[in-house]
Amino acid sequence: MSAATATAAPSSAATPPEGRVGLPRAARIGLAAAAVLAGALLPLFINGEGGFIDDATIALAYVVMALGLNIIVGFAGLLDLGYVAFFAIGAYTMGYFGSLFHITANGGEGIHILVSGPAAELPGIHLNFLLIIVLAIAATTIAGMVIGLPTLRLRGDYIAIVTLAFGEIVGRIAINGDEIKGFGTQLTAGRQGITPVDKIDLPFLEAFNSLQLRPWYWVAFAFVLIALFVNFRLRDSRLGRAWIALREDEVAAVSMGVPLVKTKLLAYGTGAAFGGVSGAFLGSYLNTVNADQFQFSFSIFVLAMIILGGLGSIWGVVIGAIALSFINNRLIPDVLNDVPAKIGLDFDLTELSFGIFGFLLVIMMVLRPEGLLPERRRQIELSSGLEDLAVDEDSVYKAKVP
Amino acid sequence: MAAASLPAARPPAVRAVRSFLSQYGLIAVLLIMPVAFGIHDLRIEGDLSRLGNNLVDGLSNGAIWALVAIGYTLVYGIVELINFAHGEVFMLGSFVAAGFFGTLGLTAATGVPGLVAGLLLTLLVSMFALGTLNVMIERVAYRPLRDAPKLAPLITAVGFSFILQNVGLLWRGGSQQGIEDLVNSQKELFNFLGVSVTNGDMLAVSVTIPLVLAMTTFIARSRLGKAMRATAQDPDAARLMGINVDTTISATFLIGGMLAGAAGLIYALYQTTIWYFQGFTAGLIAFTAAVMGGIGNIRGAVLGGLIIGCIQQISDNRIGGEWTPAIVFAYLVLIMVFKPSGLLGEQTREAG
Repeated sequence: MSAATATAAPSSAATPPEGRVGLPRAARIGLAAAAVLAGALLPLFINGEGGFIDDATIALAYVVMALGLNIIVGFAGLLDLGYVAFFAIGAYTMGYFGSLFHITANGGEGIHILVSGPAAELPGIHLNFLLIIVLAIAATTIAGMVIGLPTLRLRGDYIAIVTLAFGEIVGRIAINGDEIKGFGTQLTAGRQGITPVDKIDLPFLEAFNSLQLRPWYWVAFAFVLIALFVNFRLRDSRLGRAWIALREDEVAAVSMGVPLVKTKLLAYGTGAAFGGVSGAFLGSYLNTVNADQFQFSFSIFVLAMIILGGLGSIWGVVIGAIALSFINNRLIPDVLNDVPAKIGLDFDLTELSFGIFGFLLVIMMVLRPEGLLPERRRQIELSSGLEDLAVDEDSVYKAKVP
Repeated sequence: MAAASLPAARPPAVRAVRSFLSQYGLIAVLLIMPVAFGIHDLRIEGDLSRLGNNLVDGLSNGAIWALVAIGYTLVYGIVELINFAHGEVFMLGSFVAAGFFGTLGLTAATGVPGLVAGLLLTLLVSMFALGTLNVMIERVAYRPLRDAPKLAPLITAVGFSFILQNVGLLWRGGSQQGIEDLVNSQKELFNFLGVSVTNGDMLAVSVTIPLVLAMTTFIARSRLGKAMRATAQDPDAARLMGINVDTTISATFLIGGMLAGAAGLIYALYQTTIWYFQGFTAGLIAFTAAVMGGIGNIRGAVLGGLIIGCIQQISDNRIGGEWTPAIVFAYLVLIMVFKPSGLLGEQTREAG
């Protein structure tokens, strides 16, 4: 990353072309390429078995999730507070099709499709990781659209509440699913969790193991690259413009011929798919699908990432996700945790991490609502005085003006 | 002949079904659970006393949710913001109340006059403390964002809810805590046709009714209440008429917080356990109640609270408490689908 900042410094000194905020195009491409290169080569310079690469891998999985949520909240402007549902569905897809969970399947023999290594001998259903990813994408896309359906007629905070309710329902089903039985199995493993989960098993490569983390990192990195590519292409596509139009003014967009139902459902479906991919990856990486992970606070954690980085800004979201993930997994538990004890207070800082995120949300919204690295469109809006024209309709306190 | 008349005949029929659904669909959905379990009881046990007990417990629980729901509905009515932190304000209400009567040294052995006086004092303290807190939250988290896009205050509200939750966590730790059962809340007060009414039920109803009456009178009669209604209708016009909109909004948050504080006290006495996470579920249940009654409508919030209380109690008793949140949220989604304007509400701009 230090190389990236070095290339950025001279180009930012040059005056940006008129009507644009930020760096010229060539510098931005160079910066992006440098960041990608640095990210890809990073594991070679750090201990492949240490805690840092573990944190980095989880951070990348969160980046994928944050990029997915960014499509729903950042592009389409649909505040989704139940994103954890897609994480859960993705993780359970991994658990269903890549673990001992269906231990009686095929008369105890197990079902194996394109798997090698230790998993090929075990009972239960075992599918190749890539197949599971496809299934997870399909499941979460459908789930996203189903969750999106009741919100089509609604706007604003009502969407937030309905998605929140769905997220909670999915979480509850995950926790209590061991009570629902049928076909000789239960729906979920409840609080006990599904464990162990198959390791990633890619064609032409050895099966992954939990000691050497570099391959995991690269798989997560590949997912991030795919997510980035899809995000950029979608943003600049007809669909992406339709999302942004809906976000800015639904009535105007619809009267200009943007198909409301299709556009919104596609936003939910695409955004959800990334949650599913990341969920399946994390299920395999963490070696467990534990129902206690799927709580409302996780949705807020992901939301905080995209708010911190800047709603709708793709690079901002990446930075926000990495930053929050490191704050959560490294800074709070390892670095800052003995601070309360040093100043004579007796509490565990890790317990308070969500209070800290809540504080971060409030501070960001009050002081810098556009995020660390704002989207160009939003920055122009916020800096050029256009808000006097645009805001009246959306403003909370003036909302009732006819 | 038939083919010719069909297309002409169909649209009114479809429309009739639609209008029937939109008018009575929600009520039908609400009646499913009591009716189904009522029939079940009649078949198995031959009387309705179990359902009756569920409903009594439900109504007293619902009284608590009604108080919290009014807070949501008042705030939404005036600033069109879902105050996510409200559930946590309710939770802190329980904590303040439990802490305060602990400090006063009230125990179950205290005589009746002392207990009544002590609890009244606790009620006042808790209402005052939480009202003030709610006003401060508005000042810090919502007022600076009045001209920001709608998403912004909603996000700070979520942020504040986490902050307050962690305050509760720091205060009393992460586990459920039993507190002194001051009013002997599970003791049967009287029994009517096999339906028992406990001390706790009586307490919930006898605190809620005066508070709701006082509040509705205040909003209907007082000068500030009139200002609140005017601001809810049109903030700009209200400002032009010389109403101090900022003060009015603060007053709304004050009333909402006071009711949440009172609800927190009743909850603590009724359940005799409190913990930092109670506010999250309570907040969502109460919000569901507010939406069910028609958000922005105070009578609707009370009605919704009572109904949700019954649903919750039936589900706790018959299906299992661990499923209750899922069932309440399923109702929330159904309401949103069938009738976003709720039982008593008018069509709002947001619900479209």
